Amino acid sequence: MIDQSHSLIIIAVMAVCTMLLRFLPFILFSKNTPKFVLYLGEVLPYAVIAMLVVYCLKGIDFLGGDHGLPEIISVLFVILLHKWRHNTLLSILGGTICYMLLIQLVFT
Amino acid sequence: MSKVTVKHAFITSLPVMAGYIVLGTGFGILLSSKGYSFWWALLMSVTIYAGSMQYVGVNLLAGGASVISTILMTLMVNARHMFYGISMIENYRDMGWRKWYVIFGLTDETYSLVCGNPELPDGVEQKNFTFLLTLMNQSYWIFGSILGAVLGNTIIFNTAGIDFSMTALFVIIFVEQWEKSEQHFPAIMGLAVSIVCLILFGADSFLVPSMIGISLGLFLFQKKTERRTE
Repeated sequence: MIDQSHSLIIIAVMAVCTMLLRFLPFILFSKNTPKFVLYLGEVLPYAVIAMLVVYCLKGIDFLGGDHGLPEIISVLFVILLHKWRHNTLLSILGGTICYMLLIQLVFT
Repeated sequence: MSKVTVKHAFITSLPVMAGYIVLGTGFGILLSSKGYSFWWALLMSVTIYAGSMQYVGVNLLAGGASVISTILMTLMVNARHMFYGISMIENYRDMGWRKWYVIFGLTDETYSLVCGNPELPDGVEQKNFTFLLTLMNQSYWIFGSILGAVLGNTIIFNTAGIDFSMTALFVIIFVEQWEKSEQHFPAIMGLAVSIVCLILFGADSFLVPSMIGISLGLFLFQKKTERRTE
């Protein structure tokens, strides 16, 4: 049986904490933005997208299993495909199909 | 809202549409496997709206987690969202009535699309574009999670690996930013710091140290460039 009141409380806590994190910079810095925060705002996107790529690939085990080969091959494929056509949808579709084929058929 | 704006927001959102429906469905399936009906999936996707947190949340719900551990877990998993806010302070400053919603809906994917599309075609209204993009993305996420909760485990074809679409999206935005920017230091540093922290702290807890390291690195970098230009 689901404990309804416990579930509702846990969901509310997750929602409030997530909102807090998203709103905090705007609440703190909306009026007087320190120079360093403005600077961070300019350069962070580059560093953060890099962090997100690593975040997506964090589960790779280079030492065991398939040594992360499906991920490495598919990421390289996405880069090449994107360099070639600069078409976001094509690159995503191509990369995802490549990865699915690799883990379902080649590295099983 | 002009037609061009709606159309451009929709086209821009397409990569996330695919990913969110798939990941949302995965979340819905997971939640329903713990005995929760689709109303719970709907509630979570409307109020929390954070992909990886909702996956973690399923375990918190099913495992009867305490409020304190839920708070700590949420703050750790979602701390990166503070970075998104910091980078959007200028961009989202004059959003008017849209402001609270576009900040609420600032997920990894929406953030990356807003970052990836700094220049809009003629006739596209920037504020409405950002608002619609955020709204469309969340509706895909809600749709996917309900779909997954209703379908349960009845999906027949092998979907293993389909979540790579989000990785591909971030890789593409990385490539585009690299091409548009002359200054590659922030990107290289973000990559290097995250990898080092991943090795040092492990997959479950590398995000917070990475964020600290990145801020520190950018701070030192700014000092260096300031000195050079003086």
